[in-house]
This record gives sequence, structure tokens and C-alpha cells, in this order.
Amino acid sequence: MSLRDVLSPFSAWKYILRDPVTIPDPINDRPGSARYRGFHQNDMEKCIGCGTCEAICQNGAIDMLPVDGIVTQGDDSGLRPRIDYGRCCWCALCVDICTTGSLTMSNAYQWVERDADAYLYTPGVDKKEWDDAELGYQRPEAHRLNLHARIPMGETDADVRINSFSEIVNGYSVAEAKLEADRCVACGLCVATCPTHMSIPDYIAAVRAGDYELGLKLLYETNPFSQVCGRVCTHKCETVCAAQYEGDPIAIRWLKRHITDQVPYERYVDIIGAPAPATGKTVAVVGSGPAGLTAAFDLARMGHKVVVFEALNKPGGMPRYGIPEYRLPYDAMDRDIGVIEAQGVDIRCNTRIGPNNDMGITMDQLKQDYDATVLAIGLHLGRSTRIPGAEHANVTKAVDLLRDITDGKTFDVPRTAVVIGGGNVAMDIARSVARLQKQTYGEVNMTVTALEDRAHFLADPDEVKECGEEGIEIIDARGPQQMVIDENGNLRGLKTWRVVSIFDDQGRFAPSYDETDECLHEGEMVIEAIGQASDVSLLGEALTEALEWNRGRLKVDGDGRTSLPWLWSGGDCVNGPDVVHAVADGHRVAKSVHGFFAQQEVKA
Amino acid sequence: MVLYQPDRSQYPSQKADGSLDIDLTSGKYLKLWQGPQHPGITGNMSLELTVCGDEVVEAKTHVGYLHRGFEKLMERRTFIQCFPIVCRICVPEPDFNEYCYAAAVEELAGIVAPERADWIRTLILEMGRINSYMMYLGGQAGSLGQGVIGQWTTYVRDLMLDRFEELTGARIYHMFILPGGVRDGLPDGFAGRMEETLQEIERTMSDVYDVMFCNAVFKKRTVGVGYIDPALLEPYGVTGPNARAAGVVKDVRKDQPYLVYPQLDFEPVIGHDSDIFTRADVRRRDVLVSIDLVRQIIAKMPKTGPLMTKLPNVLHWKIPRGETYIRGECSRGEYGYYLVTDGSGYPRRVNVRGPSYTHAVALLERLIVNVNISDVAALMVSLHTYPPEIER
Ligand SMILES: Cc1cc2nc3c(=O)[nH]c(=O)nc-3n(C[C@H](O)[C@H](O)[C@H](O)COP(=O)(O)OP(=O)(O)OC[C@H]3O[C@@H](n4cnc5c(N)ncnc54)[C@H](O)[C@@H]3O)c2cc1C
Ligand code: SF4
Ligand code: SF4
Ligand code: SF4
Repeated sequence: MSLRDVLSPFSAWKYILRDPVTIPDPINDRPGSARYRGFHQNDMEKCIGCGTCEAICQNGAIDMLPVDGIVTQGDDSGLRPRIDYGRCCWCALCVDICTTGSLTMSNAYQWVERDADAYLYTPGVDKKEWDDAELGYQRPEAHRLNLHARIPMGETDADVRINSFSEIVNGYSVAEAKLEADRCVACGLCVATCPTHMSIPDYIAAVRAGDYELGLKLLYETNPFSQVCGRVCTHKCETVCAAQYEGDPIAIRWLKRHITDQVPYERYVDIIGAPAPATGKTVAVVGSGPAGLTAAFDLARMGHKVVVFEALNKPGGMPRYGIPEYRLPYDAMDRDIGVIEAQGVDIRCNTRIGPNNDMGITMDQLKQDYDATVLAIGLHLGRSTRIPGAEHANVTKAVDLLRDITDGKTFDVPRTAVVIGGGNVAMDIARSVARLQKQTYGEVNMTVTALEDRAHFLADPDEVKECGEEGIEIIDARGPQQMVIDENGNLRGLKTWRVVSIFDDQGRFAPSYDETDECLHEGEMVIEAIGQASDVSLLGEALTEALEWNRGRLKVDGDGRTSLPWLWSGGDCVNGPDVVHAVADGHRVAKSVHGFFAQQEVKA
Repeated sequence: MVLYQPDRSQYPSQKADGSLDIDLTSGKYLKLWQGPQHPGITGNMSLELTVCGDEVVEAKTHVGYLHRGFEKLMERRTFIQCFPIVCRICVPEPDFNEYCYAAAVEELAGIVAPERADWIRTLILEMGRINSYMMYLGGQAGSLGQGVIGQWTTYVRDLMLDRFEELTGARIYHMFILPGGVRDGLPDGFAGRMEETLQEIERTMSDVYDVMFCNAVFKKRTVGVGYIDPALLEPYGVTGPNARAAGVVKDVRKDQPYLVYPQLDFEPVIGHDSDIFTRADVRRRDVLVSIDLVRQIIAKMPKTGPLMTKLPNVLHWKIPRGETYIRGECSRGEYGYYLVTDGSGYPRRVNVRGPSYTHAVALLERLIVNVNISDVAALMVSLHTYPPEIER
């Protein structure tokens, strides 16, 4: 102990001369730092109500609640996160995981309120002072709590795939599928948009867990065309997927296919389970496309006896006779149909239902022999452009040619060909004939002329891209005017004009052309792929008269009932436009028929 | 060295089973509760003291006032959901929880945080160490009635909290070090503002030295008081400054280097007298080492590069079976996380080793005996314990 120890403490007195270091608040404002994690903000334009913020919050501080003025629709649950500041710990995990980047935090950290309930509010809905604060926490660009990029799907290279009809898409490996499945935030937004409401997040979870049998069971609960849809579904679900905003949507379709690839086919029927005991009711289904067979699958599982009548050689409808094999191999199709048959469905091919007895069984007979009849005949008549020369023998329709290719019919493969149309059917026929050209002549000479310009193309961007890779020339904004036929009567090609506009002022289809911009697209064959119609001749005059129609289509209610009590209809011939909608229709019809039987029983 | 030699004559005799023979009705002994609400106690703890005159003859420590069940809570939370919880286990120096938890998860999940994240983690841990010592110094002086030191150290601690705020987005619970890396890099101009803060801390530390350490009263009350026999270090699991003040160099940063410590130049501070004064002095000098470390880190750290490794979707993060123990040197000694995973999405078991557990319970009970009642607060504070980390 020294003198210093006695005197030194008195040096503290020098602090008397120093300014105070405290900040008088609220006289002097002291804003939070630029990264401060203060009260939340939520951009209502961006938030989709996916609830991922709610899922991650370890404090249970977030509740997803309906909000006035926000409508539940395809890509929006209509709910918004309400935060309870009695629970929130300002960890910002919700901000980090927010799928759209709508949720941020302001740098506001002081808020005094008498009413304790005021501390529960919905950011972005309940107006707060800090709504427009520019400072505050936002997820730093590189800071991500999940993978955002889709796991790429392996495909056969264009120069190899053009030589055959082998399937292009490889499918995911188990490791790839797990990674892709891992990206899903399990928000369930996609379920509402899927026409048949497949339990998407659940089967994706099954992929993550490697529990493929559970996955398969879940698939078949809503979709007996899982093999088909796993390959060719139009995947509307992916257009609303929450993962698309800060990355790529989940490859829902490929994950579905992955499940079906992983489960040994012998196990399918066991996993799906046995149908209900027989009820003694009988149902006739006309058409073995996805709509008809889904209805048949459901009805058979409910215990009814179902007979499906199919005009063509094999069951499957358009997926077999329209969709080319390189997109949907026939054996995948066969596997789906095998499962349906295993439920006891009796499919009778080469049995066209006709308007009178010389053309086979009539609708009247079905009405008499069965307790209910389902019409699911699809759209099998190709539409014609009706331009001069369209009746030439070498002018064909895409659906007819695709059907012939499936049936293995031989025809003279044209060295050069022109397709009219800009939709997916046009791409399918162009790519199919291109393969035949490659096989026959070693080179592709194929032109597609579309009415739309590239910006408004109807076909999938993937299809357009792959066409290009396969050497198919796509010329946009061309209106077909005339088939060019030489003096010997041979088809030389197609004459087109440049399209100026497709619709008139009222939005009606009325293309106008620049006649000075004329082209001749050379082709020994011209294929029309401009749409299909339903062949309703099977109904015969009396039934056609008796039924109600809606703009040339059979009129049905929401359950697929026609105006006659014994007849239901679904699929392309009444609704469309794709396999999964046909499947959904099939379910609706089956449910309605089953309900009809139940009602009959109550009455009896 | 002056040693406190208590008068043993008043010490109660022992019963056959070894317990003390204290007859409270005799009027010779008095039972006193220091805590849980008491200025002379650190955090929410309680000391049940039996005194004879003004000398403590028996002490029992009581915890349980702050039990929030963190370890159990974590067993019901996903790995990412545990991240915002852990910091709360130790209020004044929360970052060790974040670091140890993150490192344990990373090891078992087989991921590695990027190098730049390691530098920022080290920076944060040293900033936290300085702040923890600031609280301690104020508390140690305050335990002997010297209030002014606490005002000064609280002020500079607040400056450091400003730096924490601009770096991490929060002042107390930073929630910044998470499995996979750290949330963000240094904000623009951070180094300059940090340097100003460090200089203010240095200036304050020199005042603290003059007023607290060169102080006859403080010395009188602390020199030779609260002696920890070096022989007790091993059996009582004493680590950190409490051990280093007894002349034993225990510093995880050196003994089992982690993060970027091998790339930093420093020597652990030690003392020899093992009394309250020496422990305070070791900590005072440790602040200066940490200030130097912060400067080294800011100068040497990479300015660009990733801060976060690629994580799987944390919503369904499952971690394979495994167990690990991750440790680090916090301001109070060895901080550790024992994590067991079972392949599910939740930790099977998390056990947090806060150094206060050994220091504030067993060691304190032993050291208090024969201490003058007026020194109990100073003794307890000198062990630098934070009860929240005892009760996880
Ligand atoms: C070329 C092409 C490509 C396509 N690509 C896709 C795609 O990638 N993804 C997608 O989702 N959708 C695609 N579609 C659409 C999809 O094929 C249809 O939406 C779907 O098949 C409709 O199913 P459905 O059961 O209503 O009719 P269909 O599948 O057309 O089945 C109707 C069935 O009824 C039979 N039938 C008709 N009349 C009679 C009768 N009188 N007696 C007995 N049987 C009869 C037909 O032979 C046919 O088998 C494509 C369509 C085409 C034309
Ligand atoms: S995660 Fe984002 S987009 Fe989804 S509900 Fe929450 S705030 Fe909205
Ligand atoms: S900041 Fe953390 S605690 Fe608060 S609502 Fe978001 S996730 Fe929940
Ligand atoms: S697939 Fe997309 S929309 Fe569907 S649950 Fe997963 S993240 Fe949500």
C-alpha cells in the first residue's frame, strides 16, 4: 500500500467536468442501426401467405390469419402473418426463410402502448409508423437457409435423341430427388392449384424420408395416372410454388415420377389396397382416356362393376395415341393401366360405341344394360384450316398422324414437311415426324409455322427450345393461306402471310395479315395441328336432341352430370385441357355416380 | 501475501456424520439469506448463510430461481430453432452459446463454416469478452460500495453494444452466429468506429486502474481475501481467470485452439496470489489483451468471401447420429456444449457447461466458510459467475 493508493482514487473527480453520456429520450431520437432487427414490415404485394414464417418461428409468435381484402386464389392462401410481440424474440428466422422476401424488419425498436393486445398486429395490414422505414434487417443476399436452385434434370442430348423415340428425360437419382425434395417448404399452396389436389407436400416429404411406398400410396389416393402425370403433366402446381420467388419452383412433376420409378411395380397393387366389396351396381364408361379410366378406377374401388368401351386398339386415350413415346413411353402408360385393371375394371378395346347397331353397341344399349353411363370420349377429330388445297391427300391432321405412329402404321415419311400450329400438339407432331425423317433419310427437314409471335407462343418454352435443338425450324407469326400444289397434283408446300394481329378490337379471333410478306414453306406433306373437336356422332340423333348443349359441347354440371339422369361426362370432351384435369373430372364423376347409387338405395 | 486467518475458536464442532453441529436455538448462530433479491449477489441465486458473529460458518447455495429449461426446450425444437434460444443461456456474454452450438451442429452435420465467418465469430467472441469484463469490473467495485466504476464500465460497455448493434442487428442477444456461418459481414466504416470505441475503453481502463486498483480501500478489502488454493483447481473444475489468478495457465484458446486463435498473437494473462484482488487484476489485464485481439482480427481478417456455407433446407434438417463436445474460453473459463444427435430433426440432448456451475455452487460453498459476512458479496463477484448458465 502506497501513498498513491490513497490519492489516486480522487482522480475520479475529473469526471465532474465531463459531459453526460446518456441520450435524453425521447427528446433526442436515437434510430436503430441499419441492420437493426426491430418491428416487422411485410410487403402485401409480395407476400403469398405461404406460412413458412409461421412454420419456422420457434416461439409460436406467428399466426396466419385471413385478412379483409386479400382473396384466396391460386398463388395466395389469402392469409397473412400476425405477430405476437409478447412472444417474438426478434431472431429474424422468419425474415431469413420468407419465400418471397416480403417480410423484413424495420429499425424501429421503441413502441409504447397502453393496450397489451396492440402488440399483436399484422405487419403490412395494420398500419404502423415504421411501415416505410428504409433501415432495418433484410435477409442479406447470400444468407440462405435452404437451397434455391432446382436440381437439374438429366436429358439425352439432342443429336442422340433425334434418332429414336426413346424417352428423353432421365429421371432423378435417389440423391438428386432427396435434394430437390429438401427444397420444398411444405406450404401446401400447390395443392389447391393441382386440379386433382394431390397431397404434394406429403409425397415430397415421403421422398425426403425415402419412404417410397408411402409416397406411392399418397399418389394413388388422388391420381391413378401417376406414371403418366409424373412425365407429361402440365404441372400447374409449379406455377404457384412458393419456391419460385427467390429461386426455382420445386420439380413437383419429376418427384412424382421419381416415386413411381422407385417402387417395384409388383408392389403397386398391394400398396394401393384392395377395392371395397362388390355392390352389384354396374357402370359403362365410354372412352379409356384418363377421364374415363379414373372414373372407372374410383368406381371399381368403391365396389361397382365397371366396363370400359374403347374404340381403339389399346386403352389410354390421348396419352397413348397423342403424346409421343419420347415423352411418355408406352410401358409407363401400360403400368398405370395395369393397376386400374387390377381393381377389376374390364376394358374392352376395339369396341366403338356407335349411333346404330351396325356400328357396334349403341348408347341406348348401355343405358339399358348398366345402372349408369359415363361418356369420356375426348377430342379426336383434328380441325382443318380449310384453306385452298387442304383436302389434298398429303395434307394430314396431327392427331391422325400421331395415332398412326402409335399404332405402328407405315406411311411414306415426307422428306420435307410443314406443320401448321404453335401449340404443344404442333411440337409433338413436328418432333415425331422429324425422328422418322432422321431414321429414314438421315436428316431433318421440318418447318413449323405458328400464328403467334414468339412472345405469345402457346407451346411450352421447353418444347420450343428442344425443337430448335433437334433441327426443327419454327417460324412465328405466319398465317396459312394456301397449300401449294404443282401441275402434277403434287403438294409442294404451304404459302403463308405475315400475321399483323390475331384478334380484333373486341378480342375475337380474326387474324389480319400483311399480304406483301408472303412465304412458301416447302413440304411434301403439310400437317395441320390447330385444334381438335369431339366426335359426338356416337350419340345418334335422338340422344343429341334430348341432351342439353353448351356452345357445341355437352352441358354438364359441376359433378359431370349431363341433363339426363343416367349419363355423366368428363374429360376433354366437356372440360379439358389436359390429363390431370381429365383425372380430376374422372374423380368428380365417380363420386357423383356413387352418390347417385347411394340415393337410389335410400329410396328403395 | 497477506492471508486471511480466521479465528477457529468459534467454529462449530462436527457431528459423527461430518455435518456441523449447529444449534440455532442456542442464540450463538444466525441463519441469513443473501438473495435471491440482494445487491450482493450475482444474478438470481441465493446463499443460505449460517453466521456466528460476523463470520460465516456454513453456506449453502441455492439455485432454481431462473430455471427456464433451455436444454429440454431444445429437444423439442429443430436445429435451426435452437439457434435463437441458446444465447439466452448467458445474458452478459451470450455469444459463446451461439458459437458452441453452431460449431457442435456443424461438426455433427458435416458442414464447415467459411473462413471469413470464423474471423467474424472470433471478433464477436472477443467483443463479448470485453463487455463481460466491463460488467464484472463494475460489479466487483460495486460489491465493495464503489459505485462509480460501474458507471464508467457500463458506459463503455454501451459503446461496444453500439458496435454489436451495427454488426449483428441487436444489442444484447445478437443471434448472429448460426450453424453454417454468420449472418453478414462487417458494415461499412466498422473498423474506424471500433477503433474509437477501443480507445475509449482503453482510456476508461486507465481510469479504472487509477481509481479501483490503486486504491487503498479496495486493496484492504481484497488482497488476501477469497484465496483459492491451487490444489482446489482440478477437483473443483476451476477454469479461466479464476485458475489463471492462481498461477495455472488454463485457456482453451491456447490449450485446444479453435476458430482463428492460432493465427493471433497473444499470451494468456496470469497472476499468482489467487485472491480477489489478483482475480480482478487478471481480468483487467485480460481486457487489454482482448482489445489487442480485436485490433489484430480486424486488421487480418479477409474482407471478402462467403459468410455462410450451403445449408440444406433448415425446415427439415436432420442430423445423423453422433455426439460431440465443443468448448471455448469465455470470460469466466471453459464454456462447452455437449450435443447428442440421433438422426432426427431435433437434438437428442444438449448439455451446456457454463463455468459458473462449478464456480458458483461447489467452489463458492467451500470458499465462503470462515469469511467475514461483509466480504461474501465481493467473494462471490470475484468468481465472476452468471447464474443463468447454471440453470439451463
Ligand atoms: C398431341 C397431344 C399431346 C398432349 N400432351 C399432353 C401433355 O403433355 N400433358 C397433358 O396433360 N395433356 C396432354 N394432352 C391432352 C391430354 O391428352 C388430354 O387432355 C387427355 O387425354 C384427355 O383425357 P380424356 O379421357 O378426356 O380423353 P382422351 O384421352 O382423348 O380419351 C378418350 C378416349 O375415348 C375413346 N373414344 C372416343 N370415342 C369413342 C367411341 N365412340 N367409342 C369408344 N371409345 C371412344 C378414344 O379412342 C380415346 O381413347 C395432349 C393432347 C394431344 C392431342
Ligand atoms: S414466409 Fe413470407 S411470403 Fe410466406 S406468409 Fe410469411 S411473410 Fe408471407
Ligand atoms: S423474429 Fe423470430 S421470434 Fe419473431 S416472429 Fe420472426 S421467427 Fe418468430
Ligand atoms: S411444392 Fe412448392 S408450393 Fe408445394 S408445398 Fe412445396 S414449396 Fe409449397
